[in-house]
Amino acid sequence: MTLAELLAGIVVISLNAYVLLAGADFGGGVWDLLASGPRRKEQRDLVVEAIGPVWEANHVWLILAIVLLFSCFPAAFAHLSIRLHIPLSLALIGIVLRGSAFAFRSYGGQRDEVQRNWGLLFAIASVVTPVLLGMAVGAVAGGAIGEEGRGKSGAFLATYVTPWLSPFAIAVGVFALACFAFLAAVYLTLESDDPALQDDFRRRGIASGIAVMVAGIVALALSRGVAPSLQQGLLGAPWAPPLHLFTGAAALGSLAALWFRRWRWARIAAAGEVSLILWGWALAQYPYLVPPGYTIAGAAAPAITLKLALGALVLGGAVLFPSLYYLFHVFKGRGQSTTV
Amino acid sequence: MPDLLAARSQMGTSLAFHILFALVGIGMPVLMVVAERRWLATGDEIYHELAQRWAKGTAILFAVGAVSGTVLSFELGLLWPGFMRFAGPIIGMPFSLEGFAFFMEAIFLGVYLYGWDRIPPRAHLFAGVLVAVSGAASGITVVVANAWMNTPTGFQVVNGVVTNVDPIAAMLNPAALSQTIHMTLAAYAATGLAVAGIHAFLLLKNPANAFHRRALAIALLVGGPAAVLQPISGDLAARQVARYQPAKLAAMEALFHTERGAPLVLGGWTDMESRTTRYALRIPYGLSLLAFHDPNAEVIGLDAIPRADWPNVQAVHWSFQIMVALGSYMALVALWAGWVTWGRGKREERRVLAENRWLLRALVAATPMGFIATEAGWMVTELGRQPWVIQGVMRTRDAVTPMPGLVVPFIMFTLLYCFLGVIVAWLLYRQIVRSPNVSESVWRFMTPRESGRWKRDAR
Repeated sequence: MTLAELLAGIVVISLNAYVLLAGADFGGGVWDLLASGPRRKEQRDLVVEAIGPVWEANHVWLILAIVLLFSCFPAAFAHLSIRLHIPLSLALIGIVLRGSAFAFRSYGGQRDEVQRNWGLLFAIASVVTPVLLGMAVGAVAGGAIGEEGRGKSGAFLATYVTPWLSPFAIAVGVFALACFAFLAAVYLTLESDDPALQDDFRRRGIASGIAVMVAGIVALALSRGVAPSLQQGLLGAPWAPPLHLFTGAAALGSLAALWFRRWRWARIAAAGEVSLILWGWALAQYPYLVPPGYTIAGAAAPAITLKLALGALVLGGAVLFPSLYYLFHVFKGRGQSTTV
Repeated sequence: MPDLLAARSQMGTSLAFHILFALVGIGMPVLMVVAERRWLATGDEIYHELAQRWAKGTAILFAVGAVSGTVLSFELGLLWPGFMRFAGPIIGMPFSLEGFAFFMEAIFLGVYLYGWDRIPPRAHLFAGVLVAVSGAASGITVVVANAWMNTPTGFQVVNGVVTNVDPIAAMLNPAALSQTIHMTLAAYAATGLAVAGIHAFLLLKNPANAFHRRALAIALLVGGPAAVLQPISGDLAARQVARYQPAKLAAMEALFHTERGAPLVLGGWTDMESRTTRYALRIPYGLSLLAFHDPNAEVIGLDAIPRADWPNVQAVHWSFQIMVALGSYMALVALWAGWVTWGRGKREERRVLAENRWLLRALVAATPMGFIATEAGWMVTELGRQPWVIQGVMRTRDAVTPMPGLVVPFIMFTLLYCFLGVIVAWLLYRQIVRSPNVSESVWRFMTPRESGRWKRDAR
């Protein structure tokens, strides 16, 4: 493995952490929006309580991925930024509104109806942002923006809009949202000691878990023709059959665990399922960062930059991981011993 | 609106917005940590209340700062892909370090805000210290990257190709030290004096209030020394600019002609046609003295710079004047406060501050000054570098994205920031007007039980 490949792998690892952690925070917003039944308020309170201490730290994984991308693969980053200007700008607005609305609701100390309005804004932004981020990923995975040199000329719509508004990209956006909602529902079963509330999220977990499967199959079907390299990787590569096997097993396993109320097993299986999907995408488009124009080796920064970035990651990780462990130990250490 | 101007406006608006939250994000944790430390040392419940209230304000500001900072990290590419393609490998290093500093800040702010009842008091205080340290580290790394844009080092361009990249040399660029000191002090001075001003205002109405007395003393402890030191660090920064960025210095000082024994030009209206500055106050030899510590030193004027490479002289000159004037006022007020409290015990210090109504008024006037001065200072360094995005290496117009219609995102983000700004201001206002009301003379004689009841009522 080359140094550039290692760093590209670390970018995927940060994205993986972002999806599993911040993704679930977005998913919490989905369940805030869809809160229903007699325990509607309790559901919302649980979401707020669960993400309050950790959402800002979870969000930093995205920053880390972006920073690594622009220091280690500057050409690819510049190209992505040009061609995905519109969906990324819209996603940024979503990120800003979600974070601010959450902070205003949590620390603003206002009357209930004002808080509810902030909650609504938080929930809507939590739904829209993952779809936009997923559409951007869909445009990359579909090879719709990877050709070199485009951007200076060419029609506006064809250059800046249609790549991320294709049926495939939209399907990936919806798929991302389904994954995030699924993760959140599964995690939330572990956040509460109240069996009724746990059951609320059990039902939501099963429903969204099925939605993940359906959306995944639709996206894969739509990739025919528009994302040939992706399909080739996902269907033809030697690692493909075991990957699909494990992903399918994790998907069914998470549903079974939810069904039998094995919350911890459900969490492990759900996180495994979503991680395998992400790595499937990453492996399928290897050795491309942005197919078909930008490979890992072709877009890589000079070796010295890569070495120093790796050094910074090792040093940073030595401080980061104990701190993250402490954060989750302090706030996520309860409610678990009673289940399993 | 041309795309380049729209892109610059969007970047400028985003930075101007984010900087306010960055300042507070660096300064406020220090205030809350000092308050908590005093609570642990004395058992005085007001300090506990103060730390919790400051933490609550910090939480809102940090959240908005974090998301607006995210916008900026993306905007580097969304607006300036040409810059990032060139600079990413050279100056990505401080951004990577910033990523980790930001991580630590977010993690331990979460621990601090939600951990009051979950972890031991010492661990809680330590979490606050880590927030303060990583907040400062985060700001420093970003300013290092900006300093590199002013004094780029750590690479060579041979036949249009970048070679010999040395990210460490890039981080140790000549402007890095003076700029990071200047900005970090700005954060403490601006935040400290702003908080001091707010509590000074409330003390004018209610001089006996024990809560505001303690708040004022801590805010001055953090903001005062920084405000006093800031002119010294400014001198360091200005001499550095004189050496490496003569065009910026000439614009700051509205110096059109290269001369020995150059005067210091205060105020005035620059006339670009006749290349003169009218109605200005001139201090003979002042500029040569300040820039090179030698009254007869030669200072390069704009006439030595090609006309196409001039920054906007009027804007840079006036931004500089505003920054220096406000910074000087803040330093003087801080010295005054230091003078009246020098050598006194803590209680005595609080009393003389609360009873010195002229000093309180002067502090109230200083409330917004640190923020305005910082914004003006950024105008100086950013507008003063134009038309370059990397001084002498890459022009801003060559860095901008080819994406057309940039006026649309500019308007969208501006509206977003206006909306957030109004909300944040309103929330902070609400929090401040709800400050607890307890008189110093009553508080001192409360039993622990009474003070506990007071604390419940204060919520």
